[in-house]
Order: sequence, then C-alpha cells, then structure tokens
Amino acid sequence: MASVDIRDVRKAFGAVQIIKGVNVEIADGEFVILVGPSGCGKSTLLRMIAGLENITAGEIAINGRVVNNVPPKERDIAMVFQNYALYPHMSVKDNMAFSMKLRKAEQSEIDERVSKAAKILGLTPLLDRFPRQLSGGQRQRVAMGRAIVRDPQVFLFDEPLSNLDAKLRVQMRSEIKELHQRLKTTTVYVTHDQIEAMTMADKIVVMHDGIVEQIGAPLDLYDNPANLFVAGFIGSPAMNFIKGTAKGGQFVAEAGFSLPLPKTGESVEGEAVTLGLRPEYIRMDPKGFAAEVVVVEPTGSETQVALHIGKDGQQQEIIALFRERISAKPGDIIHIAPMEGRAHLFSTKSERRVSITTV
Amino acid sequence: MTTPASPKSGGTGHTASTWERLQSDRNWLGFWFMVPAAFFLLFFLAYPLGKGVWMSLTDIKIGRPGQFVGLENYEELILYDKTFLYATGFTLVYTAIASAIKFALGLYLAILLNNNMPFKSFIRSIVLIPFIVPTVLSAIAFWWIFDSQFSIISWFLRKINLIDHNINFLGDPLMAQATVIFCNIWRGVPFIAITLLAGLQTVSPSLYEAATLDGASRWQIFKNITYPLLTPIIAVVMTFSVLFTFTDFQLIWAMTRGGPVNATHLMATYSYQKGILGGQLGEGSAIATAMVPFLLAAIMVSFYGLQQRKWQQGAKE
Ligand SMILES: Nc1ncnc2c1ncn2[C@@H]1O[C@H](COP(=O)(O)OP(=O)(O)O)[C@@H](O)[C@H]1O
Ligand SMILES: [Mg+2]
Repeated sequence: MASVDIRDVRKAFGAVQIIKGVNVEIADGEFVILVGPSGCGKSTLLRMIAGLENITAGEIAINGRVVNNVPPKERDIAMVFQNYALYPHMSVKDNMAFSMKLRKAEQSEIDERVSKAAKILGLTPLLDRFPRQLSGGQRQRVAMGRAIVRDPQVFLFDEPLSNLDAKLRVQMRSEIKELHQRLKTTTVYVTHDQIEAMTMADKIVVMHDGIVEQIGAPLDLYDNPANLFVAGFIGSPAMNFIKGTAKGGQFVAEAGFSLPLPKTGESVEGEAVTLGLRPEYIRMDPKGFAAEVVVVEPTGSETQVALHIGKDGQQQEIIALFRERISAKPGDIIHIAPMEGRAHLFSTKSERRVSITTV
Repeated sequence: MTTPASPKSGGTGHTASTWERLQSDRNWLGFWFMVPAAFFLLFFLAYPLGKGVWMSLTDIKIGRPGQFVGLENYEELILYDKTFLYATGFTLVYTAIASAIKFALGLYLAILLNNNMPFKSFIRSIVLIPFIVPTVLSAIAFWWIFDSQFSIISWFLRKINLIDHNINFLGDPLMAQATVIFCNIWRGVPFIAITLLAGLQTVSPSLYEAATLDGASRWQIFKNITYPLLTPIIAVVMTFSVLFTFTDFQLIWAMTRGGPVNATHLMATYSYQKGILGGQLGEGSAIATAMVPFLLAAIMVSFYGLQQRKWQQGAKE
C-alpha cells in the first residue's frame, strides 16, 4: 500500500495541453475518485500514474518515490481497464495468474493467490472458462481478480462499470467498495458518473478541462461546492441556477421576483450573481415566489416537478423535488421558496461561490 | 413459412402444378440460386480435375486417344523416373524452406509496420509492390539480375573486389535452387506481411498495456499475447502460402524452365514439361495428380490446427 502524490502535473499531446497543472494528494489506503465530464483528461491522468503515458511536466510520486522515469512494471500498480483487456486466449485462471507467472512465482503460491482472489470475487466455478464464455459482469470481476492477485501498491480503475447495465452497475459499485474496505489498498478510480463518485469515494477530485475544480469528501462537495461547475456537476437532479443581481440585501432575479440574499463572506452589493438551488431544498411556501407547474413525475417516495418561473418570454425551467406527494397539475401555479440556509450564491463573473454555509 | 401467396394457388383449393411449386418453394428457390455457382465449380474445377485423374490412368498422348492402363503411369514414375522423384523432393524442400522464411520475414515485417513511424501508409504500400508486379515480369527481371554474364550482383561484387569472376547463379544446380527459392520468398513475403499486419491491427492496444502493467517485457508480450492471438490468421495465411508455393509454376518456368539439369523442376513444371512439351499427357496428368495428396495433407493440418483453439469458439457450455 502506498500514497500517491501528484504535483503540478501537466500533459501535452503535441501542442495541445490536456492536463494543465494538477495537484492531488492521495493518502495510503484512500479511495479517491477522479470525476469529470468526458474528455477532461481523467484517463490521461490515470495513465500517467500507471506509466502508460509520460509526464510532460510536474511529478508523480508513489510512496514518496518519484516515478516519472520508472517503467510501468516497476511501479507496482494494477489497472482495471474500461474494456477489461482480458487476454482472450487465456482461461480465467491464466488471466489472473499471468503476472505471477511472469515473475516466476512458485506454482503453489500462484494457485493459492488465484483461488483466494477467485473466492473473494465468486469466480471459483468459472476458473477454466475463456473470456468469451463470460458475461459482462463476470469479465469485470475477472479484470478485478487479475488486479487483486498481484496485491499491488495501488489499484487504478478506468471507468470499470461503464459497459455494464444499470442494475449490475449498482451491484458492482458496492462490491468494489466492499473490496476496498477489505483490502485497504490505495485506489484511484476514474468515472464520469457523479453518482458513482458520490457513493464510492473517500475523496472526490472534480476535474474539468484539464484542471482540478475541487477536491473533497462527497458530502462536502455536495454541501459546499466551490464554484458553479462543481455545483452543477455534483448532485442529481442537478442544481438549479437562477441569474440575478444583489441589491439592498436582496437577490433580485432577472425573472422578476426577489428573495433574501444568502449570507456571503464578502460584499456583493450591486454585482451580477447566480443563485444555486438544489431541487431537494425547494419547499412549498405560500409567501414564496410563483411558479407554473409543467410536468409532475411522482416516483412514490418523492415527486419531481418541473416548473416555469418568470414572466412570459423569459421563462426559465427549474426542477423541484418534494418529499411529500403533491396534488398540483400541469398549468397550476404554486408558490415555492428555498429552505432556510440552503441556497448558494455564486458570482456570475468569477463563477466562484460567494455565500457561506450556514447549515 | 412465408411463401408468397400467388392468386392461382390461393383459395380455390386446387393444388399448384409441380412447375409452379418448383418456382416458389423456398428450398427449391435456394437450389435455383445455387445452380450458376455450382455449374461454374463443376465445369471449371471438378471436370478438369476429374478429367486429369482419368487421363493419368490412361496412356493418352497428344494426338492419340489413350487406353486405360490402371496405375501404370504412377508405377513408371515412382519406380523408374529419377527426375520425378527429384522434382517431388525439391518441391517439398522448396515449399518448406520458402514458406518458413516467408513466414518469419513476413511476421517480422508486419510487426515493424505495425509500429508508428513517419510515412506509415506510404511504406506499407511500398511493401506490397513485389506482390502486385506480375510474376512473370519480376521473374524476367530476376533472370537478368542473376544472369551469368550480365548479373548486376556479380558486377557490383566485382567492382568492390569481393570476387574475381561472375557468379553462375542459374547455371550451377545448387545455386539455381537457392536463387529460385530466394525469388519465391521475395515475391511471397508482402502477402504474408500485409495479412499479418491486418491481424495485428485487430489486437486491442489495451491488451499490450495490461501485459506491460503485468510486468511483461516486449519479448514476453510477443510470445504470450501477440503470437497466440495471431495464430488463427497465421494458420489461414500459411495454408494459402504453402498451397501457392507447392503449386508454383510461373516463376520457375520464366527463370530456369526447370534447369540446369532438371535441378529446379517442381512437380508443376515437370508435369507441364512431360505432359505438354513431351506430349505424354497420361504421365503428365499422373504427376499433377500426385500433387493432390500433398495439398490435401496441408489443408488437413491447417483445418485440425484451427479446430483446436478453444478460446476462439463461441460461448457454449
Ligand atoms: N494519445 C493521444 N493523443 C492525442 N490526444 C489525446 C490522446 N489521448 C487522449 N487525448 C485527448 O486528451 C483529452 C482527454 O482525454 P481522456 O483523458 O481520455 O479524457 P477522459 O478520460 O476524461 O474522458 C481528449 O480531448 C482526448 O482527445
Ligand atoms: Mg476516459
């Protein structure tokens, strides 16, 4: 097990900067998830940790040792690829044993480790099959088994669940998490799916366009997003953004209504600001602002409602999520307001959050 | 079944005539569609083959119909015709050496070409040139290159004072054999290289990356990943290569006509020499027919080799 330090790492393919100075510290045994939209450089960063891409500038250290010039096989890391990259001509057993065979390990040790990993992952009955004879979820497990057998310093996962169907994905999510709790191996996991990040990570690194937008624990990112990007990326359904200005302690929306201004750390009087409202922190309030119901989607446990706010011609749609069942129908006008202390305020220009958390 | 309902057969209950059924029944339709292809195969492949085998059992000569003589032609060839035995032996040696070297070089070239390099597609098309030049043309070019008087190789070696007289490439039996084998290799390598390159490109790069992370060296990756994954395509391309090499005719005929002193005769050229030039159609056919068991054996080896790869077969329990 090991720590991983990424210090001001940059990557360029030719003239194109892909990673523009990334700093992440990963503690020994931590489960860190790199999340961000597709194309933001997550895989590239992961592959630099693995040694599959060279590092243009900056340093990566594994367990305190700078590995910029260390070949992949000496870094003692194992990676699970998005397409699993199982060797098609080897049985499950041989796939898992391959790295140990290369190291000329004792046959008895190989057998022992392979059968132990197979038992952990429920692969024991499949050991003699070939990858072609496995389902997607089973292949995924074999890919993990291949990593486990090596007992590496660091596990790297590159979108390991994206080829699975929704149900299996949820199941594998908890399996991977359980596995990490059991093995306690430092893990860096890449995904574009923020729900995966929220549910699995000890620490989330939100990336966007080759930079780190924010690093923090899942709920920390949820409660205290540093900027508009993180606020919009984390959480589902996504946060609603309402544009307006700060005037006399009030948030005056372009849509015409005003609300009490959230508490800010600095004065924003007269500036263009954006109010961020999570759907689940909107409640019905007769004294709130008016909104027209567009769509009602009850799921039983909660009701998602799409609403139009603002005057004709400049209407904006927002989403609200109510815990209670509501009787409103499309076309009805309801009155809503943010829950106390739950609204965020962002500077429209710098996109940074300016409100301070009060809950 | 979805036979198109024709107005005649529908409703009235009277059975369609046989001819109508032959026109619309699915199985018969399938048969009709196969007829043209079957005709071509029968007429251009099965008939000549059958005819050749039949001729090999007669004493037919040019201009004179033959009589059935049983296996006499074969007896004659095997017991008394030294040249036939020699040609058979040389055909085997020629095929074995040329195929082995073509395979090694082709594989090596394919791996080289699979790397990233400048002008990749240009170099790839250059490699194909020996393959697209008509065999006879390249054979004639080689004939000059290896000519006893005008050979450019001898000329060059003389210029740099390595030798003092011309090398007799095509005049000395052993030299001539080596030369025709060389030319066959030159011509055959591109086909193998390009086919194997196509095979290499189907191997997912992430397998190489996974193996690298698993700690494999480049050689280990080749041995444990690349080569096993290429075996299906190797089996196919080498089967073709062996068949084509074994039945080679043009190259030899254009360069040496089987000489000097029959040293470079292959079964195909000797059969032609005996049957067409020598007029002994029966014996010529027997030589050609004698190639069939060797070719069948090559196909069998490849066929059963292909069947053994369990990992390729579908997901059946
Ligand atoms: N080998 C490469 N050569 C050139 N550009 C690349 C290469 N690999 C990735 N890129 C580019 O780098 C960017 C980030 O890619 P990637 O790290 O795969 O994104 P992500 O995994 O976050 O979706 C993309 O715009 C991609 O086109
Ligand atoms: Mg990616």
